Order: sequence, then structure tokens, then C-alpha cells
Amino acid sequence: MPESDNPRAINGRAPDVFRTGGWVPMRQYSNDTEVDFAIVGTGAGGGTLACKLAEYGFSVVAFDAGPYWRPLEDFASDEYHQSKLYWTDERIVDGENPLQLGANNSGRSVGGSTVHFAMVSLRFRPEWFKARSQLGYGADWPLDWREMWRYYSEVEQALKISGPVSYPWGPKRPRYPYRPHELNAAALALAQGAEALGIRWTPTPLATLSAPRGLAHPCVYRGMCVIGCSTNAKQSVLVTWLPRALSAGAEIRDLAMVGRIEHNQNGRATGVHYHRQGHWQFQKARNVVVAGYSIETPRLLLSSATSRFPQGLANSSGLLGKNLMVQSNQAVWGILQQEVRSYKGPPSLAITEHWNYTDAGKDFFGGYCYMSQGPLPIVWSGTQSAKRGLWGERLLAEMEKYNHQVGLKIVGECLPQERNCITLTDERDGFGLRIPRVTFSFCDNDRRLIQHSLGFMRRALEAVDATEIWDETDDTCHLNGTARMGDDPETSVVNADCRSWDIPNLWVCDGSVFPTVGGVNPSLTIQAIACRTADRIRQLAARGEL
Amino acid sequence: MTDRYPGYDVLAKRNSPSWNDQTRRVVDERLAIDPEQHRFFTNSEWDTVRAICDRIVPQPADRHNPVPLAAMLDEKLHTNIGDGYRDQRLPPMREAWRRALQAFETEARNRHDKSFHELEPAIQDEVLSAVQSGHTRNTSWGDMPPVVFFHKRLLHDIVSAYYAHPTAWSEIGFGGPAGPRGYVRMNFDRRDPWEAAEAHPGAENRARQENARVG
Repeated sequence: MPESDNPRAINGRAPDVFRTGGWVPMRQYSNDTEVDFAIVGTGAGGGTLACKLAEYGFSVVAFDAGPYWRPLEDFASDEYHQSKLYWTDERIVDGENPLQLGANNSGRSVGGSTVHFAMVSLRFRPEWFKARSQLGYGADWPLDWREMWRYYSEVEQALKISGPVSYPWGPKRPRYPYRPHELNAAALALAQGAEALGIRWTPTPLATLSAPRGLAHPCVYRGMCVIGCSTNAKQSVLVTWLPRALSAGAEIRDLAMVGRIEHNQNGRATGVHYHRQGHWQFQKARNVVVAGYSIETPRLLLSSATSRFPQGLANSSGLLGKNLMVQSNQAVWGILQQEVRSYKGPPSLAITEHWNYTDAGKDFFGGYCYMSQGPLPIVWSGTQSAKRGLWGERLLAEMEKYNHQVGLKIVGECLPQERNCITLTDERDGFGLRIPRVTFSFCDNDRRLIQHSLGFMRRALEAVDATEIWDETDDTCHLNGTARMGDDPETSVVNADCRSWDIPNLWVCDGSVFPTVGGVNPSLTIQAIACRTADRIRQLAARGEL
Repeated sequence: MTDRYPGYDVLAKRNSPSWNDQTRRVVDERLAIDPEQHRFFTNSEWDTVRAICDRIVPQPADRHNPVPLAAMLDEKLHTNIGDGYRDQRLPPMREAWRRALQAFETEARNRHDKSFHELEPAIQDEVLSAVQSGHTRNTSWGDMPPVVFFHKRLLHDIVSAYYAHPTAWSEIGFGGPAGPRGYVRMNFDRRDPWEAAEAHPGAENRARQENARVG
């Protein structure tokens, strides 16, 4: 069992994620072999990049702090047990709106948090890539939306996204590879509400199979997507990019916690110190890619400070760890007379992006989408108790309505603010590494967006005759920022190629590089950026510019 | 509490295609928890925490398979596997609970000159409500804000343990484990034969009969 400290990806083989007890061959490199790329993290950024770089012929070792699961044998249909997928090491949260981490937005597994993500796979609105110059807020990305449109298509094909034939918003995009999923009652309620209010809606583009694919079966509507898919319908990084990466010759090291990046006197990275099988080791590498997401990425770069880089690596701008962004995740809940039983099917089967693409009538910058919901009992009881404050008979009475509850929940844009940040505390974890502090506060614009969404969603629930409507006001989702990309070394940490300005062979490839977040879930964009980064690395290598 | 899903027992599906081996293993372990076992809490803390659990999630006295809430909480604190984040205003999980249980005890003594677990349930509720709204009268809390502890630790830890248990799933009509079989009927007012049937007024017996066939 990988619940122990024993890695599975050793002795020239890695777990076959498609077969109980199965193995696939894996190439291995010695610590003394200077590999082309050491990648820290195997989630949406690092896992995707490891695959693409290996397929382009680079030697790659990818590290992950978490275990290497075989979903068919390791995953239970059990919300409590599956907390083994979350990053549960201590992190300190503060600010005016301390974040919930763990289950909410942090994964500790090979495949990263995509192993338990809700599979919502959305493209950015094109204007968001130039939010500052075209929409007047946040910062511009150094990327062009037309280029990103091509990479989005690549990722949608790689994951066989199920989605509608035509998407109601934005520029033309190809038909989704797999048909949309059947809607459950919670999604139908969203659809009816949207139609009553005269706005468009669509089946959500989802990274779960609606038809067979290789050894993976279509989704059986088990409804436990956010605790890990035990049937492999979910197209996580674990079952998509990583099998390809292994076939192409990448090595994946599970249960390997990277604690420090080393550099030489010339200021170039030389490899990574990592803890595995009970001791610290050092892997030599020509390039180091940090892909630990918005907390672990700055934590590692800050922890790697030296006399030459006293503020941490890649931090001459002083912006490393700053501009941490989440997305607002407020909801309106109500009760329907009909049975809804929203535990069936993927939790967010229907969506409207109306307020992402409509600017008129807003008193705030940015946008939001909202989706139908299917909370499992522990999450739902946490909403009713820890957040709403219910306990005793009132809690039980409210929970008894579980099968009739219906909700709409936003993924809303939060503006970048330098005061929202990752810093290091003086407390240390079991590896002796400093524990990060996560500071977050909403700004006035964030609060205006939330108010707008709560008012609108309330009308949408009233339109389907929901009763006992109430607002859940304090949730957030996703993490982004802390190593923003840009055109100027003074105001960004990495360039458009995810290459750090300060150390030319040090890269960051995950959600940390986002200058803004938009009002959609970030995973598709993270993977698209990883695909682009791989293409750029190949081009730079061909020109001798690595 | 009404009996909205009469006769529904999610465990009737244990040997059905809705459960895989891994699920059977982890749920069996949970069902085998000794309700009296406590390795983290001292005996006096145990009295207090059991009384708190009984008020946060009151369970029928005649329930045949009650949720061993205090023992589940003890297990969480004994293994000390956290949630991945800690509000700056709170000390680490174990210390927070120890300090809070002392504070509840002090509060009960100050107000009523009795141990918390000796108070009448309605009086225990008064003390809990006072803590929830920050109206406590003792210094045992130290610098830990009672309101933050109450919501982010006490309610979070106890209620999440309760809804991790099959008895709670049966109570609210949740389908429970569902892999690999999953579900077929997704629309309003549709249930698969392996889901809980809800009692409608005057038709309780019909629901009971349907729930007897769940499996």
C-alpha cells in the first residue's frame, strides 16, 4: 500500500493505473546523471510538461511528494477515507478571509490535485489575456489568446473532454471530442432558472469520459468525483499525461519531497535536493522546473535562498509569493419540492458563463460563471454547520432535506493584490522545511462581484420555485498566482515561456504563473500553458538557447 | 426528527456492485471502532467531549448502530492527521481541543458549579450557544477565540465525523458508496432501485417496502 513510506515507482517499473496490481516499465536515471529536466510536481502543470518534454526527446525526472495510486484498487467510495488525496501538512492561514486549504484546493498524489478535481474544463475568455489593456483591471498576460486557443484544443483532445456540440460563448472553438453527459436534476434546475431569466446555459465541458477510451470506461455517474474516481472515467493527469510520459521515457519519483534547489557560482540551477526512502538525495539536472502550485512553488523557491539570492530564487522583482489569487466560490442554496438527489453524476453538469462574457450592468471588474452542485454529505454538513453555524436538532432537520437541496455556485474572479501572499513561518514540518503562511483578504471589487452573483443566483433559484433560499458567503476555490508571468523582469517572476528572469535554467510551470484568474476553473489553462512551454523549450533547444 | 427514509439501511448494499473491496475495507474499519476507546483524551476530557458530541449531534437513544462520535474524534486526534491548514488564531489541533475542553469545564463550573457532563442537556446547550457567540466567562481559552474554535474546530471535527458514518447516510437517504455500479436515473423524482425511498405522507409503508429491497 502506498499509504506507507514505500515508493511504488522503483526498480524500473511504475504502477499501471489501468490494471489492478499491474506495472508498466519505467526508465530510471541515477542521481549523478545530469538529466535535461528535473520537474518538481506532477499535477496539471508538471505532469503535462513531463509528458510533452519526454515525447520531444528530453530526459526527464518528475518528482512528487505524494503516492502513486492505482485508482481501481486504491480508491474507496468514501469521502472520509479519500482525504488521503489531499495535502494535509500544516499550513498557517491568516488575513481577513483565511483560506480553507486541504480538500478544497490542494492535492498530494502523483497527478496532483487533478486526481480529485471536479473536472470542469473551461477556456478563458480571450480578453482576459489582456485584462489590463482591454478591460481595465489586473495585469496583461504575455500570451496571445489565438495561440492559447490552439493549445486549449490540444488539451481538450488529450483529455477527450465531453461537452456540447457548440459552445454558447466566445470565439468559435472545435466540437468537443466526446458527447456531453446526461444532465441530473441539479443541472436541469440550473437550466430552467437560466431560461427563466433569459440567459444561456450549457452542459459543462468535463474531463470525464462519456464513451469508452482504451482501458477506461465511461463515467457511471457515481458522483464522487471530488474524492477521486475509482473507475478511471476521470481524465486526471494520473491517467492521461503520465502514462504517455512513462512510455516516452520519463521517470516519475513518487513520495519524493523536494526541499531545496541548488545553484552554482554562475547562478545557474544544478539540481534538486529531495527526500525519499528515508534520506535526502541530490538529483543533478540541466534545468529545474518548479510545478508545485501556488503555495509549494513559492515555498520551495523562497526556501532555496542563498547568499547570492537572499530573497529566494527567481525573486529579483520581489514579487515571488505575492499576488496570490483564489476564486470566489459563493453559493445560493434552496429546497425543491421534487427529489433532486444531487449526489448522482458529476457535481457540476450544467454551467452558465453569461456573466463572464457580459460586461454591461456590472459595478465590478472581472466575471464569474456559476454551476450546478452536488455536495457529498461531509461537505454538505460542513456547509450547514461550520459555515452556517447549525448544530443539534436544527442541523439534523436541515440535513434531512439533503435529497431536496439544490444550489448554484460561482467560480468568480478575484483581483490580484500584492498583500495576498505566501511567506515562510519559523515553524518547521517533518522534513525540517519551513511551514508556509497563506495570507488572503478579499478586496472591495471581489466583494461587489460576490454580491452581484448572490443576487442573480437567488433570482435563478426563485425562478424554479425553490424555497428556504440562503446564501453561503465565505467559500473560495482554486489557487493561482505567486510567480506571475510577464514581459518585464521588474514586474514579473517568469517570462511568457515560464522561464525565470533571474536564473535562465529555472522554470515555473503551474497555476502560479497566472497574472489574473478569470472566472473559470484553471486546470485547462494550466495544461495549455504547459503544452505551450514544452513547444517553446523545444524551439529554444533547437536554437541552442536553453 | 421524522423518519423520512423508513427501513433504509445503506449497509444492505455492502455486498452489491455499489461497493468495491477498498470501500468494504475502510467502512468495516469504521464500523469496528470501539465507542469507548480513547487514546488521546484523558478520562475527564472524555466525559466532557462525549457530552458535547451528544448535543452537537443528538442521536436517538434506541438507535441500534449509533455513530461513535467521541471515539472517532479521539482517533483523529490520536493519529493527528490534520486538514492541511490551521487558522492563525488557533493553536495546533490537539492543543486547541485540550484547551477548549478545559474551558468548557471551567465555564460549567463557573456558571452552575457542576461538571459540563453533569448538566442537563438544555443547560449544556446554553453553554454551547454561549461559546458559539463568544459569550464565555472564563480565561481558560487563553488567546484562542472561542467563536473561531467553535466553528473551525468543534463543529468541523464532530459533524464531519458523524456524516462519515453509514448510520448518518441512512438517516438522510444518501446512496452511500456507489462504485462501480453508479447510478442510472438522474432526473427529478427518479430513484434507482438501489437508492433510498422517501416516505410520503400516507405512503410510509410503501417506502418501507421499497427500502427493504434496496441492495
